Amino acid sequence: MTLDKVEKLQITRVLGFAEGNEDLVARLREIGFAEEDEVELLYRGPLGRKPLCFRLNRTMVALRPDEARVIEVELV
Amino acid sequence: MSVLRLALVGAPNSGKSTLFNGLTGRRAKVANYAGVTVETLTGRFLTPLGHTIELIDVPGIYGLNAQSTDEKIALSLLQGNLEGTAAPDGLIVLLDASNIRTHLHSVLQMKTLGLPIMVVLNMMDLAERDGVRIDLEKLEDSLGVPVVTACAARKAGRADLVSCLDQQIDQWKARASIHAPEDDLKALQKRARALASEVILHEPAMNNFTRQVDQYVLHPVAGPVILLGILFCLFQAVFSLSGPFMGAIEQGAAWLGASVEGIIPTGWFQDLIVDGVIAGVGSVLVFLPQIIILFTFILLLEASGYLARAAVMVDELMLKVGLNGRAFIPLLSSFACAVPGIMAARTINNERDRLTTILVAPLMTCSARLPIYTLIIAAFIPPEKVGIFNQQGLVMFGLYVIGIISAVLVAFVLKRTVMQGGPQALIMELPSYKLPHARDFFINLWVKVSAFLRRAGTIILATSIALWFLASYPSSAASLRDSYAGQIGALLEKILAPIGFNLEIAIALVPGMAAREVAVGALGTVYAVQGGEDNVAGLAAPLQSAWSLPTALALLAWYVFAPQCFATLATTKRETNSWKWTGFMFGYLMTLAYVAAGLTYHISRYFLN
Repeated sequence: MTLDKVEKLQITRVLGFAEGNEDLVARLREIGFAEEDEVELLYRGPLGRKPLCFRLNRTMVALRPDEARVIEVELV
Repeated sequence: MSVLRLALVGAPNSGKSTLFNGLTGRRAKVANYAGVTVETLTGRFLTPLGHTIELIDVPGIYGLNAQSTDEKIALSLLQGNLEGTAAPDGLIVLLDASNIRTHLHSVLQMKTLGLPIMVVLNMMDLAERDGVRIDLEKLEDSLGVPVVTACAARKAGRADLVSCLDQQIDQWKARASIHAPEDDLKALQKRARALASEVILHEPAMNNFTRQVDQYVLHPVAGPVILLGILFCLFQAVFSLSGPFMGAIEQGAAWLGASVEGIIPTGWFQDLIVDGVIAGVGSVLVFLPQIIILFTFILLLEASGYLARAAVMVDELMLKVGLNGRAFIPLLSSFACAVPGIMAARTINNERDRLTTILVAPLMTCSARLPIYTLIIAAFIPPEKVGIFNQQGLVMFGLYVIGIISAVLVAFVLKRTVMQGGPQALIMELPSYKLPHARDFFINLWVKVSAFLRRAGTIILATSIALWFLASYPSSAASLRDSYAGQIGALLEKILAPIGFNLEIAIALVPGMAAREVAVGALGTVYAVQGGEDNVAGLAAPLQSAWSLPTALALLAWYVFAPQCFATLATTKRETNSWKWTGFMFGYLMTLAYVAAGLTYHISRYFLN
């Protein structure tokens, strides 16, 4: 599934990134998303339950659903 | 001995500015580069063995895939593509010791630049407190570059770093560089993750304190309440705590003016110094307390890690308007002064969003509007109670709200006309909470404050002198009306009469072009009241007899929009590097000011008569 679909506190592992979004994927990779990384949805924004605040290994990163959709994950 | 130029590179939350401040102290200075809107800090320090190092503070970057203005500046600095500056002699790459698994690939990326590199695992104390254990020797061997740990905020925590520099210097001077082959990011990450798994001996779960605090700070209900509470305290502090200090500065300027009058013989030179220089510069200095308080809040919120959370919480709201969460900080700064606000827009990684933010920043009610609002409200709005609220306070609050709503509408319209395009990605790291460090805070505050003083001060000083001349000459002029300023005002009167402005207002708006608050002093001169803005109460009575209520209200509406600030326009020109956008900003704000003042004048006249 994609990262925008996960429920709060579900621990997932990154499988890869959707094709055709080179710029976005490059930025996601630079801030630290990579295959095998552990990601967990911790909080949602107050308006429209957006943006999404994830734990990425030991860091926290906020994404909108549009960005999270690019990341393929599996439940651990 | 030649100076070694080193660039300090690291992610936005790696403690880079703390290390920079720690190493260079207050000797840092802002460096400008020709041709680009760059302002990076450079500073020098001596190593124990007596080498001089010039350290360049590169804007925070996660890697070499530059997208925001800040990131592009960083990249061209590192590659030596900036006009008149060579590439640095070496890189000091900073990593947050708590998160090397997530960020180690950036070191491999930096190695592709072909410069000598040294890696600093920063905030090692915090990482160790969490229980993170790293095999440093193995990391050093695998990376093939020196690795040291540091706690940037403390001198002892920087000792290893400095002595390691001493050991490396001779090699670096010989440019013994390692040019790693360029690889795609995926491959780099794979290598970095494998390496991290080898060298991390123990890696506990995420910082528990941060998770606990975020339960509340990012809670869907408590979060926004906390944010509003903080903003309320911020504005209370900016506007009530600053009062006594502002009064003291005004009195100081008045005292200085009076003393100078006693020393310099009466004549044009005395007028120039007293009315031009002291009054002009004094009118800017008055806002210093508000600027200091605002930046104190912003710097503390930023250093603690809260500001990123605030940006995340308002993101969806800003998105609906056509901005994004990162615009929150620039717009917040603009309540003190649009100049630092417009410069803070650099962190926005999309050019369109940055431009939209810059264009609406002057609609945030800056502190320079307060003297005018205060004068007119005190003179024309009776201090009666409406329910539990003071009517004067309500009008002041209303003017702030009108400014914010206008910014929302303007951004909305811009997004659907000249700034079209889909929403830009939000990818924002939320740093773990930290206690701000005092010395670091004061250095940062000084950098902000001195930049404000220098920039606004020089422009206001120059225009004050020019406008003093316009208002005082030709010397045959019997009154202000006959002066050059008066003659220009008479021309403007024809344009301004339809929106209810009289000749006196038109004359005051001429010097008021330099800075909004100057108009108060100018009105004082026009109505022959001594002391100008120092004596607002004295100016109220003549205004009440000279102006109708619709005229007063129209002038308030005018000032919500009118771009009467040279410093803002000059900063916009510099930051957008475009006369077109600067002209656009001036044009649309002037049009709104004229329309709003006209509507206010005619509608209120209709209802009041």
